[in-house]
Amino acid sequence: MMDKISTEKSVFAFFKLLTWGVVSVVAVLLLFIFSKGLPVLTLDFLTSPPENGMLGGGISIAILGTLMVMGLTIVFAIPLGIGSAIFLAEYTDKVDPRIIRMVRLAINNLAGVPSIVYGLLGLGLFVLFLNLRFSVLSASLTLSFLTLPVIIAASEESLRNVPGAYREASLALGATRWETVRNVVLPSALPGIMTACILGLSRASGETAPLLMTGAAYYLPRFSGNIFRQFMALSTHIFFMSTQSPNPDITRPIQYGTIVVLLIIVLTMNMTAILVRSYYRRKHR
Amino acid sequence: MRVTRKDERPIEGALFFSAILAIIILGLIFIFLLREAIPTFYEVPISEFLLGREWFPSSFKDPRFGALPLIAGSFLVVATSVVIAVPIGLVCAIYIAEIADHRLKEVLKPAIEILAGIPSVVYGFIALVLLSEVIQNILHTTYRLNALNGALILSLMILPTIISITEDAINAVPRDYKHASLALGATRWETLRKVTLPAARSGVTVGVMLGMGRAVGETMAVLMATGNSPVVTLSLLRSVETMTAVVAIEMGEVVFGSLHYHALFAIGLLLFVITFTINLVVDFAIHRQGRMR
Amino acid sequence: MIRDTRYRVPVNPFEEYEFENTEEKIEFDDFHLWYGDNHVLKDIDLEIRENMITAFMGPSGCGKSSLLRAINRMNDLIPECRYKGEIEIDDVDINDPETDVYELRKKVGMVFQKPNPFPMSIYDNVAYGPRIHSMGQRSALDDIVERSLSEAALWDEVYDRLDDSAMSLSGGQQQRLCIARALAVEPEIILLDEPCSALDPIATMKIEGLMRRLEEKYTVILVTHNLQQAARVSDMTAFMYLGEIIEFDRTRNIFENPREELTENYITGKFG
Repeated sequence: MMDKISTEKSVFAFFKLLTWGVVSVVAVLLLFIFSKGLPVLTLDFLTSPPENGMLGGGISIAILGTLMVMGLTIVFAIPLGIGSAIFLAEYTDKVDPRIIRMVRLAINNLAGVPSIVYGLLGLGLFVLFLNLRFSVLSASLTLSFLTLPVIIAASEESLRNVPGAYREASLALGATRWETVRNVVLPSALPGIMTACILGLSRASGETAPLLMTGAAYYLPRFSGNIFRQFMALSTHIFFMSTQSPNPDITRPIQYGTIVVLLIIVLTMNMTAILVRSYYRRKHR
Repeated sequence: MRVTRKDERPIEGALFFSAILAIIILGLIFIFLLREAIPTFYEVPISEFLLGREWFPSSFKDPRFGALPLIAGSFLVVATSVVIAVPIGLVCAIYIAEIADHRLKEVLKPAIEILAGIPSVVYGFIALVLLSEVIQNILHTTYRLNALNGALILSLMILPTIISITEDAINAVPRDYKHASLALGATRWETLRKVTLPAARSGVTVGVMLGMGRAVGETMAVLMATGNSPVVTLSLLRSVETMTAVVAIEMGEVVFGSLHYHALFAIGLLLFVITFTINLVVDFAIHRQGRMR
Repeated sequence: MIRDTRYRVPVNPFEEYEFENTEEKIEFDDFHLWYGDNHVLKDIDLEIRENMITAFMGPSGCGKSSLLRAINRMNDLIPECRYKGEIEIDDVDINDPETDVYELRKKVGMVFQKPNPFPMSIYDNVAYGPRIHSMGQRSALDDIVERSLSEAALWDEVYDRLDDSAMSLSGGQQQRLCIARALAVEPEIILLDEPCSALDPIATMKIEGLMRRLEEKYTVILVTHNLQQAARVSDMTAFMYLGEIIEFDRTRNIFENPREELTENYITGKFG
């Protein structure tokens, strides 16, 4: 018996070591990146465009581009995603169950489609076929397609978690199904839906490959905010600067700075989503 | 007998459209990939495409469109990353689900979520700038950017997926099984080995497959890590190129409508078919698992 | 004890006795209900009159809740639900496709077994129905809320905290809130589906008292599995078994002098 206990102890100790090892690797990497990148983040850096053939200057254009693309993606993805989730959670008795099964199958599979394939779709459909050219619009439409499965799946779950008793009470008072959804179910599911949208957006803001294929430019001296034109984005900027710029070693600090900005955006969104979720989970206990 | 006022039909129509959008998008992907990929095969026989070992699309005199190097590259990097990530992921998941106490879990679980949230281009940068240095210093490789570099960073990227799904699978094992084993005098480790893990096997398999699917589809990290040299090799220390990387890199250089352009879409189509198949198998496995409960 | 009821001659108590100035409100005429293949309600002929409390009672599964829910067409929500026969309220067939089911539900209010206030403020809970049915704004709503909460005997306990969440109320208070919510849309009929089964004895007492006050203004129908409650509170009682109405009479007669052996066995506790 002692033998078994000591085996277990050493096994568990190893597991603990390995797990904390992984976490430490991540922590060290992030700390290293932040240490290299934070000093670069002067106000100047954040608000001025790149200059000197990309060897100097700041990342204002890239920040603007990322924000614009994300903003437009929200406009497309959120209404469509939530609408789809509402239909799947509340209205499935109105159509042939085979259609619903197909929809669910499609959503599950879309979640696993590589981002570069979405990029190819964006290229073929938006840039070329619909002639939207390389633009913020093409990129946002492509990213919304990419983000939809995430938003739909998590939102539907939130809607299903709303107790049926609320729906019954509302209908018994003479409300219609949509009135019930709008006034009772949706508000109740809102925290979960918000979490879903924030997480979806966070993923979208870090995407690079689809942007490369639908409109991200290597260098723009100015950005007019025109959604029908090309743009710069933080994610693609990191890529271009570390692989295509004339002298990647000299521009290394810019790369670290850009990474830190992108990480701050993404990690803040993730943490907000996690906080929203755990706050409301604790409230409803 | 339905609970709707007549004037709600437009709203329901809009909601219905949102729902079938998923089917439409999937269909569009298929249609556009096919549309742009098929012209390749008017000039390049499928056997040459799938089995040809030479990918020289931009050669002026004698362009070659053999995609085998890319397929092999993806295979090498993905297989290696899965072999590395699965054991580590399993161990971490077991630790988090069964061994760590509540306070530690509160730290570890967000840590894994943060790991999952880091953009792929950042991982690519890490591989390009930091990891490759480390590997070169330890192994004295000829090529600084190689398959090993790609495999390592990829395993770091799929770790969160494997960990969280495995964790869910372990947690889904009914407590009664564990209690029955412990009540018979087995240690926790014995219970894990003989009862919990076997019971969680199907869930773990799903997790591994989803991780594999993610790895196959990953673009930026491998693009920046592997050196992008299309060769057929099993050596981890050579530069390779994955299917995802070649599409991302070369699409920026092609003339739209050229054979090269179509060939890249053909690779995209191949990629889509592979990941779609993996997803179908996962769907099927989950469905079966659900029914067997 | 299965009793052959095929040769039972239906007795309409309203024909046998004199009831002063009571009007018919609801009538079931040869009504049947199925959930899929399950024949839940059989051959229901029933007349319910205004300003009384009518109780449906019987063992689990006898169909009393289904019968209640047929009155406000909440059974519509169950997909495999089929019916045959007629239900008339004020001589209008409620199952007719031309009938506005939303108006019906405004006219017929319902209180559920487990209190189910919305996760909103007390005020918003009561104002929900009036808002849906466009019964007024601001000050009109204020009046409606006060009237409804008073009628439900809750006003004195919550008047100073109408913006508090409904979830902060006790179980008995929540149920009275649900009653207030139902009263706010000015119904004519109130359906209560085992309203006290989730409540403690004191809360139950309060609600039973409330029901007696409500019958002065409304038609009240109560489903209960609690024999003593039916005996205490109701004027008329329908005893149901396996989807049929076995006996329907003045409550006093049902309990003191039942006509059917089945009824007598149920009341004396031989089953159910």
